[in-house]
Amino acid sequence: MSIQFKSILELRAMLDTKAISAEELTKETLQLASKLEALNCFVTMNKEASIKKAIEIDQNAAKNSVLSGIPLGQKDLFCTEGLRTTCSSKILSNFIPPYSATAVSNLEAAGSITIGKTNMDEFAMGSSNETSFFGNVHNPWKKGYVPGGSSGGSAASVAAGIIPAATGTDTGGSIRQPAAHCGITGIKPTYGRVSRWGMIAFASSLDQAGPLARTAEDCAILLNIMSGHDPKDTTSLDVESHDLTQSLNKSLKGLKFGIVKEFNLGDLDTEVQKRFEDSKVLYESLGVEFVEVSLPNISASVPTYYSIAPAECSSNLSRFDGIKFGHRTEQPKDLADLYIKSRSEGFGDEVKRRILIGTYALSAGYYDAYYKKAQQVRRLIKNDFENAFNSVDLIMTPTSPNTAFGFGSKGSQNPVELYLEDLFTISANLAGLPAISIPHGTVSSLPVGLQLIGNFLREDQILNAGHIFQQHSEFHLMKPNMEDFG
Amino acid sequence: MTWETVIGLEAHVQLSTKTKLFSRASTTFGQSPNTNVNLIDCGLPGVLPSVNKEAFYKAIRFGMAVGSQINQTSVFDRKNYFYPDLPKGYQITQMDLPIVLGGTIDIELEDGTNKTINITRAHLEEDAGKSIHDEFEGYSAIDLNRAGTPLLEIVSEPELSNAKEAVAYMKALHQLVTFLDVSDGNMSQGSLRCDANVSIRKIGDPILGTRTEIKNINSFRFIEKAINFEIKRQIKQLEKGESVTQETRLYDSIKDETRPMRSKEFANDYRYFPEPDLLPVVISDKEMQDIRDNFPELPKDKELRFASEFGLTSYDSKILASSKAMADFFESSAQELKNYSLLANWLIGEISAFLNKDNVEIHESKLTPLNLAMLINRIDDQTISGKIAKSIFEEMYSSGKTPDEIIDDQGLQQISDDGEIEKIINSVIKGNPTQVEGYKNGKDKLFGFFVGQVMKETQGKANPQVVNELLKKKLS
Repeated sequence: MSIQFKSILELRAMLDTKAISAEELTKETLQLASKLEALNCFVTMNKEASIKKAIEIDQNAAKNSVLSGIPLGQKDLFCTEGLRTTCSSKILSNFIPPYSATAVSNLEAAGSITIGKTNMDEFAMGSSNETSFFGNVHNPWKKGYVPGGSSGGSAASVAAGIIPAATGTDTGGSIRQPAAHCGITGIKPTYGRVSRWGMIAFASSLDQAGPLARTAEDCAILLNIMSGHDPKDTTSLDVESHDLTQSLNKSLKGLKFGIVKEFNLGDLDTEVQKRFEDSKVLYESLGVEFVEVSLPNISASVPTYYSIAPAECSSNLSRFDGIKFGHRTEQPKDLADLYIKSRSEGFGDEVKRRILIGTYALSAGYYDAYYKKAQQVRRLIKNDFENAFNSVDLIMTPTSPNTAFGFGSKGSQNPVELYLEDLFTISANLAGLPAISIPHGTVSSLPVGLQLIGNFLREDQILNAGHIFQQHSEFHLMKPNMEDFG
Repeated sequence: MTWETVIGLEAHVQLSTKTKLFSRASTTFGQSPNTNVNLIDCGLPGVLPSVNKEAFYKAIRFGMAVGSQINQTSVFDRKNYFYPDLPKGYQITQMDLPIVLGGTIDIELEDGTNKTINITRAHLEEDAGKSIHDEFEGYSAIDLNRAGTPLLEIVSEPELSNAKEAVAYMKALHQLVTFLDVSDGNMSQGSLRCDANVSIRKIGDPILGTRTEIKNINSFRFIEKAINFEIKRQIKQLEKGESVTQETRLYDSIKDETRPMRSKEFANDYRYFPEPDLLPVVISDKEMQDIRDNFPELPKDKELRFASEFGLTSYDSKILASSKAMADFFESSAQELKNYSLLANWLIGEISAFLNKDNVEIHESKLTPLNLAMLINRIDDQTISGKIAKSIFEEMYSSGKTPDEIIDDQGLQQISDDGEIEKIINSVIKGNPTQVEGYKNGKDKLFGFFVGQVMKETQGKANPQVVNELLKKKLS
């Protein structure tokens, strides 16, 4: 029986019925990854260690829990002890962390097997995975097309059916947008739900880790394990956690979903619009009522984001200075030369662009006009959502204004063109709210995603709505035809 | 003559917490390079700061002692700059909302009067590591042991009028932070250091002159010398008709001069912004009350208590209570003995002289309260004479041995046995017939000669009282 395109629960059943051992599953997964190497999903494979762990799991099969023996990919910005962690950057291309991120430790302690580190936009800066030092990732649905980003390798490896799920991080849409472009499910939790310890920071106040998987149900299983209060991260929330799988099958009858007036969906591609309307009809048939909500300040979300995120990144990336770890230039003349050359050689263009923007936004004389102003607008956007959630349970939008695009076709002349990819996703990061993207059909044979934004800490509601949708549709079961990839 | 000086000080006080401000690595001084360092201190990718509340309690204790407004909600900011001993490329500090706002410190001037200096603010921040430039040929080395150590930066108003006042201010601060157990105050290890902002203006001029900032001065003596040099330099500059450049300067204690730091080292736009990795730290009312309820005894109260509890003179009480190290030493020694005034005399006289000569504080010396108590008790029970005690003390001070060890090793027990002393006296009398003759003929002064001879024979160990009595008897 093939393991390709199987969900976590399907693999669990195979393992539990001994249709396959953890060792066989791991080896087949590694073979599949190597067969589909052309996709360029992985930066580093974890072959020996994962087989070793699988054998141990087979020996202790009695102690199995839901994730025991399940192969996973980790986005290459989660520190993994003893396993190279590059952030898809030259500057960290030789970095082997001495410790693991809490999210990864939680998943591994539950028995999952990290088979490799997934490709991504450099330091998670990008929406197409084209900024990776390790090359583009192909969208499994179409060769030469982007998988979205920044968690492009994670999304593509799941969409290609190599692994049932992978971790991602989402600063402005980096889980949801690639999930949408690759036709899979991905959730960005409430800010603070998953510990950021060991997650190499892009923009600290926006970054949040979450899973990408084939189904909402698998996302719930993974999020249960990834999340939880971590004293090592003071921004992680100390709240009681509920088993998210318990509420998946609740009826949606009587729930109110908000449609955002200001998003002007009428301006979108008609096919994208049509998928959205179809999904609305499906939800209505399940008893959901749709209400228009207003988020008056939402139009400012992209500029707000592109002031705050680069500002934080310009500071977060200061530690990559060639002194302690990572790339150092050969034969520097003096200290300034060491800094300038190490960083100039180590960072790619997009990272440099954002460091420059951020440095500017924080500079004396500009701080009030940019960073501080952006924080004030961020507060307004947050308030807008608070008001909206007084009258609705969820907010529904497309995940992305369009489908995946060809390599190099966007943003090479004007980066803002690419920044607009995040139009629908960014506001959930600014407001710290949970949001999920589920596949809801294709446009020109490429998947499109539906985004459900939940209220603060209401991952249960968006997972419930996503799961019920998947119980009544088959979009999440679509598989790409991958004969181009070997 | 026509000039007056305006000085403001920024004091950096290393808080004496066991672990660092944002990590649980030890703050112990003097460890091998890069051993008190964990993932957070070396700024590894993916690490996050976590808060050490002890540092906040200490900062608040200081604020309470100087009558400040305490901000119970602490917000942190990042100060961004590149330097190899700054692992993250930014320092976590407090910009807009310092934990301590306002307050006053009284300083004692040379004429015995007091002057009140206003505190602008005091904020918490993390210290940087150390760059070492002279250890490896062609390389600089980094030691991150100090990185992340909590600092309280205490900023004074520009109200100090000369170098002596600046020193008096730093001494008052030193006394305060040590008594509050906020810091060990060890200046040679950098636990207390300061930057001095110095400017001069014509007397009566309402406008402040251009100031220079002398960075990182770490002894009372250097503070005085650096400021005095800088005042003279600025006067010379202005009297030549030139202006003072606003700049950061370093004091070179070997050449006794200040000189400008290379502009690269300070020309920074620090791009301050709120630290997104830390939620505001809130100190509860209960925590505030706990701090108040466990407030350490300050010098004035200690002085009064020493007088009443140990029967010390007000002079002795004041001197002992003026230094935390001395007061603690006295109290723990006093638990082991009865003769408190003899203990006080030793501490204020002989011991202080030795400490001053070596420029160390008593807790940094090899003396222990227990050993000193033993020494005092041996004097008290007449095992040794006061004179021998001094030589035993010197040995204790340099070797750290106990008095009993030294007494045994060197056979220094006082000889009080009449028979033994009598034998020696007999031989002295026998050996010096001329002097005996002279004494008997009325040369009373010769008595001292005989005492000296007996002491010489016994290497000073003979009990002087016994010697006196027996000699008088024998010579009469």
